[in-house]
Amino acid sequence: MSRVGDLVAFLARSIVDYPDAVGVRETEEGETLLVELLVAQADLGKVIGRQGRTIQAIRQLARVAGHRQKRRVRVEVPDRRA
Amino acid sequence: MSVSRDEWTAETVEEAVARALAELGLPRERVDVEVLEEPSAAGLFGFARRPARVRVRARPGFGEAARDFLRAVVDFIGLPAAVREPEATERGYLVRVEGDGAAELIGRHGHTLDALQQLAEVYATRRSGERAALLVDANGYRERRAAHLERLARRAARQVARDGKERRLEAMTPYERRIVHLALQGYPGVYTESEGEDPFRRVVIRPVKGEAAEADDVG
Repeated sequence: MSRVGDLVAFLARSIVDYPDAVGVRETEEGETLLVELLVAQADLGKVIGRQGRTIQAIRQLARVAGHRQKRRVRVEVPDRRA
Repeated sequence: MSVSRDEWTAETVEEAVARALAELGLPRERVDVEVLEEPSAAGLFGFARRPARVRVRARPGFGEAARDFLRAVVDFIGLPAAVREPEATERGYLVRVEGDGAAELIGRHGHTLDALQQLAEVYATRRSGERAALLVDANGYRERRAAHLERLARRAARQVARDGKERRLEAMTPYERRIVHLALQGYPGVYTESEGEDPFRRVVIRPVKGEAAEADDVG
């Protein structure tokens, strides 16, 4: 797990009701690091936030962490029901 | 008894917790409870019942929780920056991040700093059980930005007072709009209002026409 993935997991655990259910999956997509953030169904709203504000904040910080390693970062929250 | 006592026993978990709260003088939402041992059932063969044992610790305050969160983020990103002790403000707490690496936490128009502040506030509220406003600063950015916004606001107000045409400022966060409203409070010949929905909400500076009532909608 990269520092970016660790950071995203930490940020999510800090704001959800079920921190033990938080997981992160990283995939290289060429220049970009894709970070998929997995959380309990009940916490989806918490990590996304009103008008997506919370996930945008997580993305913003993930970008800073990626920037330090000269990498582009994409953070997605897949819906587990899908 | 040791000074740092954090374990209590009683016949039930609830009683043990109640005892701890009474001794600590704290409400339930300001402590973390860990059940170390559930009480054993009444001894069927005459064994003595084992009491419930709990560990109860005061939660960190809002400011400390915010500081801890920020330190963790700075560590995860690997930034050469120091997170200072929280300072009390009129509405909550201010935590300053300082050092070469802190510049990277500002972002365009402070967007990164706002993101950091938003998450830190959510965490600190949940962790401490306290409600407060959090301001996170990096290398004095907030003060510089406030001074810039005040200059911008006064320049626009001067124009409005001169030509009687309203001026719309760029979209700002509630915190930044408040700085503008306060900067122009009592400015002769103009009044301010906010228009639109966040994140596009902006301050409008309007001329006071004749006997038009002065609006003072700060928000």
